[in-house]
Amino acid sequence: MNQHRSPWTRPLAIIGIFFIVLWVLIAIFAPLLAPYDPIAQDFPKFLEPSGDHWMGTDQLGRDEFSRVLYGARISIPLALLLVVLSTLVGATLGAIAGYFGRWADGTVMRFADLVFAFPGIILAMAAAAALGPSLRNAVLALVIVMWPSYARVVRSLILGLRETEFVASSRLLGSSARRTLAVDLRPNAAGQVLVLAALEVGNAVLLLSGLSFLGLGAQPPDPEWGAMVSDGARNFDRWWLGVFPGLAILTVVMAFNFLGDTLRDALDPRTARALRGTP
Amino acid sequence: MTAAAVQPAAPPVVRAEGLRVLLPSRDGRELAAVDGVDLTVQPGEILGIAGESGSGKTMTALALLGLLPHGARTEGSLELDGVDLLRMPIKQLRALRGAEMAMVFQDPMTSLHPMLTVGKQITEHLRFHSGINKRAAMARATELLEQVRIPDPARTIKAYPHQFSGGMRQRVAIAVALACSPRLLIADEPTTALDVTVQAGILRLLDRLRREEGVSIMVITHDLGVLSALADRLVVMYAGRIAETGSTADVLGYPRHPYTRGLLHALPHPELGSAELRPIPGSPPALADRPPGCPFEPRCSESVPSCAQHRPELLPIGGGRAIACPVDPYAGADDVASEVVTS
Amino acid sequence: MSLLELRGVEVVYHRPGRDVRAVAGADLSVERGQIVGLVGESGCGKSTLARAAVGLVPVAAGQVLFDDVPVQPLRRRARDPRERRLQMVFQDPYSSLNPRRRIGDQIADGLKLAAGFRGDPRKKVAELLERVHLPTDAARRFPHEFSGGQRQRIAIARALAADPSLIVADEAISALDASAQASVANLLVSLTRELDMGLLFISHDLAIVRQVADVVAVMYLGKVVETGVTAQVWAEPAHPYTRALIAAVPPPDGSGTLPKDLPGDVPDPAEPPTGCRCHPRCPAAFAPCPVVEPPIVSLGDGRTTACWLHTEPPALVAGSSVDRDGAADNTSEVA
Repeated sequence: MNQHRSPWTRPLAIIGIFFIVLWVLIAIFAPLLAPYDPIAQDFPKFLEPSGDHWMGTDQLGRDEFSRVLYGARISIPLALLLVVLSTLVGATLGAIAGYFGRWADGTVMRFADLVFAFPGIILAMAAAAALGPSLRNAVLALVIVMWPSYARVVRSLILGLRETEFVASSRLLGSSARRTLAVDLRPNAAGQVLVLAALEVGNAVLLLSGLSFLGLGAQPPDPEWGAMVSDGARNFDRWWLGVFPGLAILTVVMAFNFLGDTLRDALDPRTARALRGTP
Repeated sequence: MTAAAVQPAAPPVVRAEGLRVLLPSRDGRELAAVDGVDLTVQPGEILGIAGESGSGKTMTALALLGLLPHGARTEGSLELDGVDLLRMPIKQLRALRGAEMAMVFQDPMTSLHPMLTVGKQITEHLRFHSGINKRAAMARATELLEQVRIPDPARTIKAYPHQFSGGMRQRVAIAVALACSPRLLIADEPTTALDVTVQAGILRLLDRLRREEGVSIMVITHDLGVLSALADRLVVMYAGRIAETGSTADVLGYPRHPYTRGLLHALPHPELGSAELRPIPGSPPALADRPPGCPFEPRCSESVPSCAQHRPELLPIGGGRAIACPVDPYAGADDVASEVVTS
Repeated sequence: MSLLELRGVEVVYHRPGRDVRAVAGADLSVERGQIVGLVGESGCGKSTLARAAVGLVPVAAGQVLFDDVPVQPLRRRARDPRERRLQMVFQDPYSSLNPRRRIGDQIADGLKLAAGFRGDPRKKVAELLERVHLPTDAARRFPHEFSGGQRQRIAIARALAADPSLIVADEAISALDASAQASVANLLVSLTRELDMGLLFISHDLAIVRQVADVVAVMYLGKVVETGVTAQVWAEPAHPYTRALIAAVPPPDGSGTLPKDLPGDVPDPAEPPTGCRCHPRCPAAFAPCPVVEPPIVSLGDGRTTACWLHTEPPALVAGSSVDRDGAADNTSEVA
């Protein structure tokens, strides 16, 4: 029966973890792994992939392979940072909305609704353009776009947990509302938030790359994958310019999606109970 | 409660011999939720099955109805009016279910269809099993509701379950169960979810129905007070096996098996005054952890060394009583009440 | 001066379109070292009363006094330190403990928050666990590793950590099996006696309350209909509802006696009957009962009851009469 196996042993989980570990290691060790300087324009332009240049060279004579490797040092840490920031902002606002209700709830959720009204990338474009094109501003713009998802999830979790008896006990012992949120409610919400965050990392990578593709995120000469795909789109006949960074994005996003699904299965109380064994 | 309603000489409505219900476990073993049960239910009799959670009492009832969980296997024999239910093809069993034997569950809110009117639930049932026309079915439904003492049956027929209180819903559930005049009514914790004054009404109803309709009833509950009021005979189950059986007056008045005595001692007694309640130490074994010998031995204050090795057989001791305890420490002893005061 | 005193307490739930008086004026008191049992069936308001007594829900009228000081309903800020000595144990052992925190930490909460304990709580936590007969290594484990009865003990240990002078046990044993019920009930009783606490023991199980409580209060549809010393109330119930309640419990003695039932249903608390709330189902109802609500009267020896059988009903003038709230009622004709 499928229930017997830990979710972590399933093929998708293993693939996901493998790719995440691979890319994280690449991100860390890129300077050692890359054969050439990613921004050095030392080579002939538009070389096809070959023994010297495994992924060819781009329109300015830079080695694609090194650029793809270094790209991990931009996309992955920034995507993670983006998720961490949105989670913190979103979860905190969501918890306040859920626990205190009434005007706190109304205010927070109206702002969330405002954000939800726009397609993510459009809003991110507007924000990034307004702030000025740079990676830092892209991250800020995306935090604005991504925090409401967390707020909504956390709010509904807290609404449910607020009425439980262990919360009442805590209050009766003298816990303030703030302490109850931090000490009692947070561990119960953390699991679901973690799942959401893991699933959102993939989305974050896509949005960051998307903004960079549009010229609103990473600026030249940064070897960011989205920007590299943009170069590939402008030079369609040089297939290697777009395909390799595209594959990088693809594998990273899928890996985090698999991780998120696995986390959800692992933390879902029903599956977890089946694995632990209910009396 | 009249013993005259029971017909002891007639062939039993239900007979179980060596009944075992085996469930697959996580690690591939088979665990016996019901582990060798012999029992009978006479026509017009109310048999009580007493036990705590995990004793296998509900599984026994589900075995009768063919409603065991997926993957369960049965051994032994289980007969309804002489016909073996365990080897019966499912189509035949379905025809019996509802018509010859019916069940009333603990929570009428989930056992009644929330989207059908009361009348519809009864008439659907009737027409499925007996094919009578709509008018006759409605007449019978009204008759049934009157029998279970629901006020204003004409209005009730058109109402939905959620519009009723718990006690009323349970009466409706009983009416549905009795629609096809079954031989056997199985009631699994029928009053556990009800207030005590409402419970009293349901108990009286079940007793009256048994006398008026001659239906046999199998009442399954952990509540010994309910069984004392209603059951003619009792079967006390523990860890899938029968510990003791006999007439209710005997088993509750003069319990012999250490488990039965422990159960009664754990209950509040007026005679105890302000003395402490006396729970049985420990707790029933989990399905996967049943000891090889007597399942009650780890908690038993009367056990001898052989109890842990040999599984006791259920042996008759005369007067319609049987116990599964070779030690039988209370043979010929006083009744519970005096035991409680003096010890 | 009682440890806990409820005077004329009313609790109202606001539902769309109507207000429900779950508790419609209740008086109750608990002394130090005393166990007061509160019994009643569904809809009687006993759990609501319990919550009002500790401040989990606000009272719409009347007063709750703990050590002579009114109890504040819980708001955003932390509960008043004085009130932390008024604790509660809930019914459901599966939701009264935080599933994601170790039980040692949850018990330590009681020490730190309520008793103002500083320093390493581990030793004290171990003592508390011993007190409730749980192994001391339990502190490192999570609630799901324990049975229902054990969880209730943990909940009691947590309440004890606050050094309470009164514990409200709201159906604290109802969700447990018979053996666990007996042992947890024993624990509560012995703690009450040892620590000279007060215990308000709420239950629908009359047999246990009779065993455990010194004084019993019976509720019906939001009102307390009778109180008194337990043994006396059982021997000679003053209120017909109490009598019916006692007669409805089947004794587990094998005698085969069917319990007496009380026909009818508990009315909707949003629309209680006029006059005495029990009158539609009361076998002894007579003229004044549907018209005027009986006041609570003392029968001496700490006994009280609210029933026209025990107090002189007001003379009812033919053609009209006035019910308790001053509204005119033209249904009564008996003079």
